[in-house]
Amino acid sequence: MPHRTFLGFIFAPLLAMILFIAMPIVSVVLQSFHIEHEQVVIQTETCGPFGCTYSTAIDTAATEQLRREQPLGRFVGLDNYLDRGHLAADEVQHAWRTAGSIGAFMTQLMNLPFYNALAFTLFYTFTVTPLVLVLGFAIALGVNNLPKLLRGPTIFGSLLPMIVTPLVGSLVLFWMIDAQGVIGKNLQLLFDSPNLSLKASATLTWVTLMIYGVWNSAPFAFIVYYAGLQTVPQETLEAAMIDGANSWKRIRYIVLPHLAPLTVFITLIQLMDNFRVFEPIVGFAAEAHATSLSYIIYTDLRSQITRFNSAAATSVLTIIGVAVLLTPVLIRTWRDFNRKRV
Amino acid sequence: MNLLTKSALVVGAILASTSLVHAECRIETGSIQMLGNEFAALQAVADRVEECASETIDVSINLTKEFGKLQVAALSADPAEYSVVITDNGALVPLMNEGLVRPLDDLVEQYGEGLNESQLIRVDGKVMAIAFMANAQHLFYRADILEQVGVDIPSSYEEIIRAAQAIRDAGIMEHPFATNSKVGWNLGEEFVNMYLGYGGSFFAAGSAEPAINNQTGIDALNSIKTLTEYSNPDFLTFDSNATQALWEAGEIALAIMWGSRGSSILDDEGSTSQIVSNTVLAGAPSVGGNDKPATTLWWDGFAIAANASDEDAEASFRAMMHALSPGLLEAHNDKAVWLVRGYQPTPAATGVSASASNGASPYPMLPYMGLLHDALGANLGDFLQGREPAEQALADAEAAYRTAAREKGFLN
Repeated sequence: MPHRTFLGFIFAPLLAMILFIAMPIVSVVLQSFHIEHEQVVIQTETCGPFGCTYSTAIDTAATEQLRREQPLGRFVGLDNYLDRGHLAADEVQHAWRTAGSIGAFMTQLMNLPFYNALAFTLFYTFTVTPLVLVLGFAIALGVNNLPKLLRGPTIFGSLLPMIVTPLVGSLVLFWMIDAQGVIGKNLQLLFDSPNLSLKASATLTWVTLMIYGVWNSAPFAFIVYYAGLQTVPQETLEAAMIDGANSWKRIRYIVLPHLAPLTVFITLIQLMDNFRVFEPIVGFAAEAHATSLSYIIYTDLRSQITRFNSAAATSVLTIIGVAVLLTPVLIRTWRDFNRKRV
Repeated sequence: MNLLTKSALVVGAILASTSLVHAECRIETGSIQMLGNEFAALQAVADRVEECASETIDVSINLTKEFGKLQVAALSADPAEYSVVITDNGALVPLMNEGLVRPLDDLVEQYGEGLNESQLIRVDGKVMAIAFMANAQHLFYRADILEQVGVDIPSSYEEIIRAAQAIRDAGIMEHPFATNSKVGWNLGEEFVNMYLGYGGSFFAAGSAEPAINNQTGIDALNSIKTLTEYSNPDFLTFDSNATQALWEAGEIALAIMWGSRGSSILDDEGSTSQIVSNTVLAGAPSVGGNDKPATTLWWDGFAIAANASDEDAEASFRAMMHALSPGLLEAHNDKAVWLVRGYQPTPAATGVSASASNGASPYPMLPYMGLLHDALGANLGDFLQGREPAEQALADAEAAYRTAAREKGFLN
């Protein structure tokens, strides 16, 4: 392709990417190195329906002046990254020195918000991603073997979890697993324990979140695999049948290798998506038992007093996390690509 | 009458009615965009603001429980997304921190003849907001169930625990108590209430340095923990909507809920007459042998955006004056504890009035209180689940607050 044509095609998306992806990331990185100006507070009297009290208020004019001079705030380097809300350098060192055992150290580590969220995020990512791959492939195989007449409705039914908005899906399930809900009540009867509550125990909340995650993402893997199954070469399959390969062997040695690029693709997308797990935590009101990196960013930004700098630091750490997760898969793809070219 | 006369009459009638509305709001031009919390009383106020809509006056209203998370960003824009916000003593502070609401002295002087002096929220001598209703969390109890187990009306948390135990022992309910204990803002508010009930103060005098990790804090946390043992194990997911639903379903007999929920619990929707007729609202209980109710007093009121045009600000102020005129009380007297002139207290108001007259403290309007509130809400859940001791939970909350306060420039 001539460079001119290439540029013609790529120009608009490139511009959009610079405007809406690259520039915001630069801005987030910049903000993560700053904190706000020292607040100028004044002692005042505040009066209202319940009487007057002496309290403090912010001198907005003076603060405004400071902000005009330095709109970004005070530069603090990596302080935001190292504070207790993020990598907690001092707290981790202190825990390492004082904790007698690995167990005690881990307990102290899990008490820090960032590591607590990271633990759930990673556990979620590495549980849900493989389950989605396996389940998606199984559904695709099943649907592929259905009579033609039944396939349409089955595909539609299998795609429903993906069509339902994640927040709505999780809310529906949240009400069903309530101690008074249809699933919650039946579980209590089934296990004969009237106090059983999926929302009260951390373990059961984690299990619920992951089941929801698999339920929500499996259709994506299914539809990609199903499309891939339509391209499996029939001659090879027939030849294998003549050679006496049973159906398991045909899947193992023909279908799976043929679909390998799709597996890489789904893994990439799922790793990225699951690392940013967020909606189910809000939908299931699970913040007492499970938080994720995205959830921390959300609480920083949507509290009554917003904390942009802290949210920026967590965002940058999330980007780094996604990059680290994807690197092995990308390196593999790059090698395959080079091998094929040779 | 032929079709023409008929339609002429209809058009005439419509014109007449709109000009009537005009006459009552007395606004000529401007646009009114309102943001606020969502509950029955504010809905009533919003409906009356909407009456001011006409060909020359745009009215748009957004009532949402998430208003606190939108307001700062929405009012930072210039021109502001909303000209008027319905806010409260907690939510007004972040707006004032950023200088996003305008002093109302001139508007009050010009159009505020119907206001009581106590409705004016003065900060540093300037009127920054107009309060129109009072709110507090207080006790709701089921008279029939207390009678059944032979327990008097509880006036302290210790008595609530005894009553809850009696109900449990009688086999009526396993989990007779509930409060808004959802991790986050709600749980933070429970701690604030309890801690003030024990007579604690949140900050070292005159500074933003937190001072909650002490015996008072531990007592407050232990009281909350004892209460939650009488609450459904899902208690860390309970917000106002959840507790109201539990109450209306007859699942609980004792609850600490917002006074503003009173009217919708006492109405004839969502519950049975057996439950409603036995629901009684009482003052907030005290704790630890103190006289003071363990609750905080809140006002709901409105403020006008600094970044709205003067025309819109004036239109919004006058529309609010129309909404809060005595006509409001004709239809909505029972919806809230109004601070508006001519208000007649109703059964739904007893809880808030009793809490106020027993000397409950107002919620502290300090610029950094919101940060401590958030830190408490996020860090106390571990203790209530038995994962760590009270001292650790309070130390975590203080540490989280310090990190946030340093970033926002309140601490060094």
